[in-house]
Amino acid sequence: MSLRGPLGQVLGRGSAKEGVHHWWLQRLTSIALVPLSIGFVVSLMGLPALDYVTLVAWMRQGGTALGLVLFVLVAARHSHLGVRVVIEDYVHTPGVKTLALVISDFSHILAAAAAVFAILKVALGGRW
Amino acid sequence: MPERPLSPHLSVYKFKYTLATSILNRFAGLILSLGLLLFVYWLVALAAGARAYAQARELLGLGAFKVVYAVLLAAFVYHTAAGVRHLVWDSGRGLARDSARRSAWVISILSILVTLLLAYWLLRPGAYAR
Repeated sequence: MSLRGPLGQVLGRGSAKEGVHHWWLQRLTSIALVPLSIGFVVSLMGLPALDYVTLVAWMRQGGTALGLVLFVLVAARHSHLGVRVVIEDYVHTPGVKTLALVISDFSHILAAAAAVFAILKVALGGRW
Repeated sequence: MPERPLSPHLSVYKFKYTLATSILNRFAGLILSLGLLLFVYWLVALAAGARAYAQARELLGLGAFKVVYAVLLAAFVYHTAAGVRHLVWDSGRGLARDSARRSAWVISILSILVTLLLAYWLLRPGAYAR
């Protein structure tokens, strides 16, 4: 028995090889987030205070801004993929489901862009 | 579209604690997604300058946020532990019933211990006084 549809049989090109894209990316981002998130938490918790001057100085250290950009981008992508699955699994009303997915798409991209902009602004800014 | 049952059929599962570790992982992930928004707010406030950051700090320093941070901390620790458990499963290891039960206990106890340890560090005398 062939699982291939009529059009697929005519074209004979097999699958698009994208079936595991979501699954694979969720794993890749998980692996990357282990060091990135733990590094972020440890670095933040190691600060003596959370006032403006301390934080700006922290973000202007060599690796901090790069680490933060990587962390926030990978975390946003991972969250984006995860929230999509949760919506697909539990929201069954067609219109509401699409709306929820679109809101999730937009807010994740907005959050990632705003975060990167903020990190770069602090890291590359002049004297305060 | 015809009415047909859609996976996951939440009402038909028999409850087992391994099931709890799975749904808790999803729930923790969702909480962290909300935490991400809070983190971005904090970053943007910092980028907006000293005065904006001082205002944001006043808001984020309210007593109610202590509960939020405690929940986020627990969610982070648990989601990390449960996530590593999933990565081990992805390699094909630890999927047998008895080892899945054992790892459920390991991640639960480990998460509680690490969360308490980190909470103790955050609440240590004189922490983040400024």
